[in-house]
Amino acid sequence: MLEELVTVSTVVNGKHYRRIVEPRLLLSDFIRHDLGLTGTHVGCEHGVCGACTILVDEKPVRACLMFAPQADGHAIETIEGLAEENGELHPLQEAFRDKHGLQCGFCTPGILMTMKAFIAQHPAATEGEIREALSGNLCRCTGYQNIVEAVKLAVSRIGGSS
Amino acid sequence: MKPAPFRYAAPRSIEELLALKAEHGDDAKFLAGGQSLIPTMNFRLAQPAVLLDLNTLPDQNFIVETSSGGVRIGALVRHSDIETSETIARSHPLAHEAIRFVAHPQIRNRGTLCGNLAHADPASEMPAVMLALGGRFHARSAVSDRWIDASDFFLSIFTTALEENEMLCEVEMPPLPPGSGTCFLEVSRRPGDFAMMGVATVVSLDEAGRCAEARIAYCSAGETPLLAPGVVASLAGEEPDETALLNAARQAAEEIDPPGNVHLTSAYQKHLVAVLTGRALRTAFARANTNASQ
Amino acid sequence: MTAATNRYFGSPVLRNEDAPLLTGAAMFVDDIDFSDMLHVAFLRSPHAHARIEKIDTTATQKCDGVVAVFTADDLGAFWAPSPLVVPPPPIEDLVFNQRTQTPLARDVVRYVGEPVALVVAENRYLAEDALDRIVVDYDPLPVAAELEPSAQVDAPMVHDVRGNVAAEVRQVKGDYNLAKNNADVVIARRFLYEHGLAQPIETRGIVARWDTKAEHLSVWAATQTPTSLHGGLAQLMGLGSHQIRVVAPFVGGGFGSKLLMYYPEELMVPWAARELGSSLKWIEDRSEHFVATSQERGQIHDAEIAVSQDGKILGLKDVFLHDNGAYNPYGLTVPINSQCAVLGPYVVPAYDSSFKAIFTNKPIVAPFRGAGRQHGVFVIERLLDIAARQLGIDRVEIRRRNLIPSDAFPYKNGIMFQDFTELQYDSGNYLPILERTLEIIGYESFVRDEQPILRAEGKCVGIGVVCYVEGTGIGPYEGAKVQVDPSGRVHVATGIGTQGQSHFTSFAQIAADLLGVAVDEVDVTTGDTDQFGWGAGTFASRGAVVAGNAVHEACSAVREKILNLAAEHFECSSQQLSIENGAVQTLDRPDQSITIGELAVLANPMRGAVKPGTEPGLQATRYFGPEAGTTASGAHAMIVEVDRETMMVKILKYVVVHDCGTPINPMVVEGQIHGGVAQGIGNAFYEKVMYDDAGQIMNATLADYLIPTSMDVPVIELDHIETPSTMNPLGIKGVGEAGAIPVAPAFAQAVEDALGIAEGGSEILEIPLSPNRLWELAEGGTQ
Repeated sequence: MLEELVTVSTVVNGKHYRRIVEPRLLLSDFIRHDLGLTGTHVGCEHGVCGACTILVDEKPVRACLMFAPQADGHAIETIEGLAEENGELHPLQEAFRDKHGLQCGFCTPGILMTMKAFIAQHPAATEGEIREALSGNLCRCTGYQNIVEAVKLAVSRIGGSS
Repeated sequence: MKPAPFRYAAPRSIEELLALKAEHGDDAKFLAGGQSLIPTMNFRLAQPAVLLDLNTLPDQNFIVETSSGGVRIGALVRHSDIETSETIARSHPLAHEAIRFVAHPQIRNRGTLCGNLAHADPASEMPAVMLALGGRFHARSAVSDRWIDASDFFLSIFTTALEENEMLCEVEMPPLPPGSGTCFLEVSRRPGDFAMMGVATVVSLDEAGRCAEARIAYCSAGETPLLAPGVVASLAGEEPDETALLNAARQAAEEIDPPGNVHLTSAYQKHLVAVLTGRALRTAFARANTNASQ
Repeated sequence: MTAATNRYFGSPVLRNEDAPLLTGAAMFVDDIDFSDMLHVAFLRSPHAHARIEKIDTTATQKCDGVVAVFTADDLGAFWAPSPLVVPPPPIEDLVFNQRTQTPLARDVVRYVGEPVALVVAENRYLAEDALDRIVVDYDPLPVAAELEPSAQVDAPMVHDVRGNVAAEVRQVKGDYNLAKNNADVVIARRFLYEHGLAQPIETRGIVARWDTKAEHLSVWAATQTPTSLHGGLAQLMGLGSHQIRVVAPFVGGGFGSKLLMYYPEELMVPWAARELGSSLKWIEDRSEHFVATSQERGQIHDAEIAVSQDGKILGLKDVFLHDNGAYNPYGLTVPINSQCAVLGPYVVPAYDSSFKAIFTNKPIVAPFRGAGRQHGVFVIERLLDIAARQLGIDRVEIRRRNLIPSDAFPYKNGIMFQDFTELQYDSGNYLPILERTLEIIGYESFVRDEQPILRAEGKCVGIGVVCYVEGTGIGPYEGAKVQVDPSGRVHVATGIGTQGQSHFTSFAQIAADLLGVAVDEVDVTTGDTDQFGWGAGTFASRGAVVAGNAVHEACSAVREKILNLAAEHFECSSQQLSIENGAVQTLDRPDQSITIGELAVLANPMRGAVKPGTEPGLQATRYFGPEAGTTASGAHAMIVEVDRETMMVKILKYVVVHDCGTPINPMVVEGQIHGGVAQGIGNAFYEKVMYDDAGQIMNATLADYLIPTSMDVPVIELDHIETPSTMNPLGIKGVGEAGAIPVAPAFAQAVEDALGIAEGGSEILEIPLSPNRLWELAEGGTQ
């Protein structure tokens, strides 16, 4: 029953993958190097910085705090799946550009995935709620101000108001 | 920071899980949420030879009210499940209030309550909550099945009463006394950080508006979450006015001796004990007042 | 020659680089993969100071997937102390004991984390497994950990220098003793200032690939200085500059930590790649970042200010110790910045500043955003606050009385700056900056009306206002090559790298204005030595200033070529031509136009002759070397509320008014300031790296080293004043570090005001603070 190698079958951004891996392979490394989806970034490998945040079954989690086998049978969404297939950007991505919500861009994928889930749950989020929801993602470049503005803009655009 | 190698199993039944644990003993660790275990493995501070993954077990994510008004919580209930549970919000507002101090949503989406309790980090919030609630812990192994009271569960840093092959498979929060008021308060450097000091309290008033029952527990105050029976004694039968609260705060600072750490002096922590005791009791009694009049 | 437009310059143009970054397509160094790629892990010293008796790597031979293990003994002549990256300025009587690090430690380790061996394996997991199998016999030596004890004559020696003197520098202007004698009040204090770790969200990393057949080394590195790394590797590896290509891909923040240090890793990975004839990757993990990467740390200042009764500065004296760390490849940039920053934007007739940089058994100290200016600004701003209190003058008023007047520029400060020139402020207008700051924060009404009311309600609120200058845009130079392609797109290449500063947009703005194209028709390459191999790098708030001006020069030259070629083509005068929408139009004959792409083809003929003294194509390479830096300035103000019981601090309002000359892109400038202030808040109240007596870091995780979150950084209100730089044609000044520099003294002033502790004899003389520390200060306790 104890395995030294494990089969992982998972759906990532709607696409099926099946790989055989060492069970100790971190999900962050699995996504980045085994699947070649390098948009999810690694900042700390101890669950604090949030750069590696992805959605597992639509919920934001730290990819560095899961082993690849734990993704078996689950659905994952990464930054590569945020825009439409035809390239049309998600309102969050557009808003981040419009509000200069990124500088070096390294923390950005983790923040976008966190915010995607957050605004789906809180479509009328206030500035204070947005700022609090961001507090699990570290950014060293922006001071967060334009990130908050970007999410506010996305919320208002998705909500249909001008 | 990559973990050392291990062999892995994701059993489909608790019996299978417990049998594997019995077979490998100390060489094997349970993997539930992994939010405490995986970082320590990434740092190679923990290098278990075997990892037994609970996440494929069926029927472990229950939050169920008991006939007496308590709540039973299964091994795979995530912190985020507790956060969104209407049952717990209604029956155990203390847990509902405290859970939002646990790390961040991304951590809460994976971390389990039972896993957090079994990990027994003295700075964690939920052990103090369970202690204040007088919770009960269900421990099972391949050959045993028992319940442990919260006051007997936490022995030392990262050390619980769980024996070598036991798993914490569920916990029970007993019903709160009628008309209780509760409060969880914490001071931390940044949101989601471990508490510099935290307090969980449950109080109730008698018909004369005096303190009928009280339980108060602290996190980040010692090697385990700590009760403060002296504080409770000082409140018994007293009207919870500012003098009584000041007295309780003073009593708490005398009774609780936080050790300090690389970030904090014990003197400052002791000061926070007094401050938070007063604030938490004030709020809890006010809530008890509101609840009693309903 | 018709003038270029100003369609883009000075506008908040949205960024060219956002699309790949927003979609996860942008390539950072860890995203690079080759089929033959192997992975590197470093074995690092667990001791702060020890002799290496023996290294036994034999057990690694039994490890799965291990390809090679290297120690210092394998390096031959490659093992040598690294070159000095930044020599000290030619200050009279300067003492500098150069002691640089080696690619791997041999015989002695001098800080926890110093690399001792390198493992190459099929993946990082296996490499780390192998690290655990290497056995090193260390003989621990006494540790020089804490700064002041390490400076004692009998302290354990990190190298061979008694008292661990890495450097001794004294700069003097005027006569301080005379000033002191003439002063009405002299205030002397000891200040303890610690700055922290850069902690970019992307750690360091390097990929190196040696092509044995082509005898060529390719390096991709998360570096701020690709051209310098290129030059360094060529020199140390005995390769021609044509045999190496260094690329800085997208880099996830630098803040100083990714400057060329001749870090062991940036030498060993290329060396090992050549040794093995393979491609290798090393990505620093966060744990390593705490020990392997440069940091800033502490200084101890014994400073005094001599003032007249009306608060005018007569003189300043400062004697300080600077924690240098175990090696000094980066010279004296940080402490000399501190030394210069004490002068601030003030008239200081007499100044006597001396410092000793002290070796300690801790990681290298090298610039982190602000690069030592923070320390100096804290000293002068606190001395002014204390003087104001003692003299009964409002602390804003004392600053007014000492600011350099607007007609005094260029203002010579009489001491030497890090760029080897005399510290000179080229332009500035400090008083309006201060007044505007006071206006926005509402200083008068807060102090007079709001604060007393809130205090009466039991709230603990305070306000702080500080001023600063920042030397930016130093030389030696940068360059740019600009070329118009037949497609009509414009390519700009420059040697500096980009770690989030929006160069792909700001340089495109300059080019687009001059060459009459849209800003997104300009492709900018930064940091690829094959595209452009000359330059120094991104640091010291110089990228936009120096490289931006080089881009401007090169684009101006290309513009001239375009117009001249079009004039020839249309047989008219270039005065009659304009460039718009990517085409050259004749002013009086609108039907007559030619795209710049078509002109580019004409400029590169397959037949005929290119005239002597001209070049084919529409391309130009130009350099810009400013004679000296250009001085940005500003003021910060904040209102705080302190929970008197817990000592938790909330920043209620934060204002920055700054002057960075003419901004290329105000949106980018504001973003830089936001980020700088966030780091400044971290410095003031959250970030402290803690070492024990054995030189071990005690808080080496992101759970224990506290970077501010979104809840810890307030909304920052900004305003700008512009005094164009006189040091470059575009009039621009740097802004990268400004946000970070004065936050701590503003915080100290505001919190001191809120708690009212200074009146009770408890002044804030140290940074960083914490709720715990504030409680001790308020209780009247000592450290």
